[in-house]
Amino acid sequence: MVPTQYYLILSAILFGLGAVAFVFKRNIITIFMSIELMLNAVNLAFVAFSQAFGKVHGQVFVLFVIVVAAAEAAVGLGIIILIQRNRQSLNVEKVNLLKL
Amino acid sequence: MTPVLLIFFVLAGLAVLGAVSLVLQKHPIHSALSLIVVMVCLAGLYLLMGAEFVAAVQIIVYGGAIMVLFIFVIMLLNAGEEERTDFSKIAKFAGLPLALALTAAIAAAVVKPDQSLHPVTEPVIAKATEQISTMLFKEFVYPFELTSFLILVAIIGALVLAQREKK
Amino acid sequence: MIEFLKTSVSQNAFWLITIVKIVLLLFIVLTVNAYLTWFERKAVAHIQSRWGPHRVGPHGLLQPAADGLKFLFKEDPTPAGVDRFVYYLAPLLALALSLTALAVIPFGPNPLPFKILGQDVYLWIMKSDIGLLILFSITALSVYGIALAGWASNSKYSLLGGLRSSAQMVSYELALTMSVVGVLLMANTFSLQEIIEKQARPDAHQWGFWGWNFFGWAHGGIPVPQIIGFICFFTSAIAETNRAPFDLPEAESELVAGFHTEYASFKFAMFFIAEYTAMITVSCLATILFFGGWHSVFPEAWSIPKYIPSATLIPFGLWVIYDGIKYENIFGKIILPAVGFVMFAIGGTLIALPTVNDFIQPIFWFTAKVFVFLFFYVWARGTLPRLRYDQLMNVGWKLLLPVSIANVILTAAVVLWRSHP
Repeated sequence: MVPTQYYLILSAILFGLGAVAFVFKRNIITIFMSIELMLNAVNLAFVAFSQAFGKVHGQVFVLFVIVVAAAEAAVGLGIIILIQRNRQSLNVEKVNLLKL
Repeated sequence: MTPVLLIFFVLAGLAVLGAVSLVLQKHPIHSALSLIVVMVCLAGLYLLMGAEFVAAVQIIVYGGAIMVLFIFVIMLLNAGEEERTDFSKIAKFAGLPLALALTAAIAAAVVKPDQSLHPVTEPVIAKATEQISTMLFKEFVYPFELTSFLILVAIIGALVLAQREKK
Repeated sequence: MIEFLKTSVSQNAFWLITIVKIVLLLFIVLTVNAYLTWFERKAVAHIQSRWGPHRVGPHGLLQPAADGLKFLFKEDPTPAGVDRFVYYLAPLLALALSLTALAVIPFGPNPLPFKILGQDVYLWIMKSDIGLLILFSITALSVYGIALAGWASNSKYSLLGGLRSSAQMVSYELALTMSVVGVLLMANTFSLQEIIEKQARPDAHQWGFWGWNFFGWAHGGIPVPQIIGFICFFTSAIAETNRAPFDLPEAESELVAGFHTEYASFKFAMFFIAEYTAMITVSCLATILFFGGWHSVFPEAWSIPKYIPSATLIPFGLWVIYDGIKYENIFGKIILPAVGFVMFAIGGTLIALPTVNDFIQPIFWFTAKVFVFLFFYVWARGTLPRLRYDQLMNVGWKLLLPVSIANVILTAAVVLWRSHP
């Protein structure tokens, strides 16, 4: 029997790593993948709590999070393709036309 | 060290290794493969907790559709290795300690002494699939129908965004 | 020391038996793969009015062994400029995923008539409440083997072939999953063993093959035949495994060889084995979901059909003996008649020992139906012309997906009407 705290610590570590990747990486697609990693960490916390309380509400919410992540990935990757077409580069620092 | 605890540590260790590899790899394809490893390990953890339907949906939808979409885009846009650009000096020195502080803060917030978590009566929820499906079609039917509408909107959005300019 | 070994073996008997079962299954599946390539070459050749391999052994039976040796000994070049990790990972991933899918397939209902190490030995490796979902997860992941292979080869033909092939697989996955939902509505479970059980309820044993999900009589009340579901399923499965007539991405005249252009001997063999194993898995799935799995064609109450396995083995064994004697070399003169004699002996034993006969019945029917579907695969390859890529995608999205969704709606309506008339 794995205590619930272990799952929650793992979820926190994955979320922290996702946040680090989000801040430090330059490639837009890698930044997007770090968002997916953070969503996965949150899903793990949901399922851990669902098991701790013995009800399936957490798992139902995980299904909704997965669906929303899928929709977001589709639209986000469309935007990334447009950025690549316009700026000819996938470096996030090149998307700076609104800079002062 | 029961077998369940051993499997948990193996899967958790692999997931953390995958996430670290996502941060450290230079080529986006290697980061994508590391993310797939993380997702499959998380699916294994869900199976360990008895959430079998969620584990299957995670692999089919996340690992089999969303990550395939990522890999398609990386291949189509011919993404190369990351170039080194110089960011601020502060980020180099304060970045990693601040990230550790963030993780520690989140972990401390969720790992309180467990007076609010009821003692777990059974390690695995029985017939989770049936309960999820009953709940999806009885209590959560309105969000369920809304998500189908959301997917339709996302499909239309992605189609419009990826069109070429009409001459 | 011996005592320690004895206690640890008896405590972990289940795991040891599972490992032995896995090794045995891998061996059997790889042999079936090899002779499936022989069968395909012979069948396609006969459809095209020629002989196929007939020199390497009697009737070309040693051709797979020759091919295997060729794959082992050929030079294995790695093109320059490839991403080495992904280049070596892709065929490994494809092969591992194809072989893993066989873990959930049940081959027979009853355990072995004797106990090994105190354990009942069942004819499957894993029994799960979500067996079908596990198969779909593995199908979803197997897109990666092809997409990564196409990309890692650092060649434009491979990249195009890989992208086209993975887009095709992802599109037909939807139609595949939707065409199975009709069966799931009737069976109410994802577990493969229970789906087979529900196709021949104990009181419906007089139905015989009408009880299979294809005809739909066994579930009581109005029958819901899943004919449309089966046609959609099998067509999507042929497209999913990249076989003719949907094999444009790997056709030789179109794209050199598609995603496996840059892969030589053994890595190409891995893709090859992965494709044929996927064919076998899909045929097993078609028999389990739509054609009653291990249930016999005739009703269980009739006793004469129980002799059909012996009735096929005995004449076939005699014919193999007769045929083998004609040859000059050792394989023809000695081994073939020996194989024929073994078949004859097994056929005779089945008549003599009823318990063994009862045990072999489900396995025989399951294997026979799987071979029928493998023959359909090979027949489609030999007969039908290739579809162009845009025609392929049109069929997947505009024809199969709406038809399978219509099938789901119809099945759901009839099932609902049946339970609340």
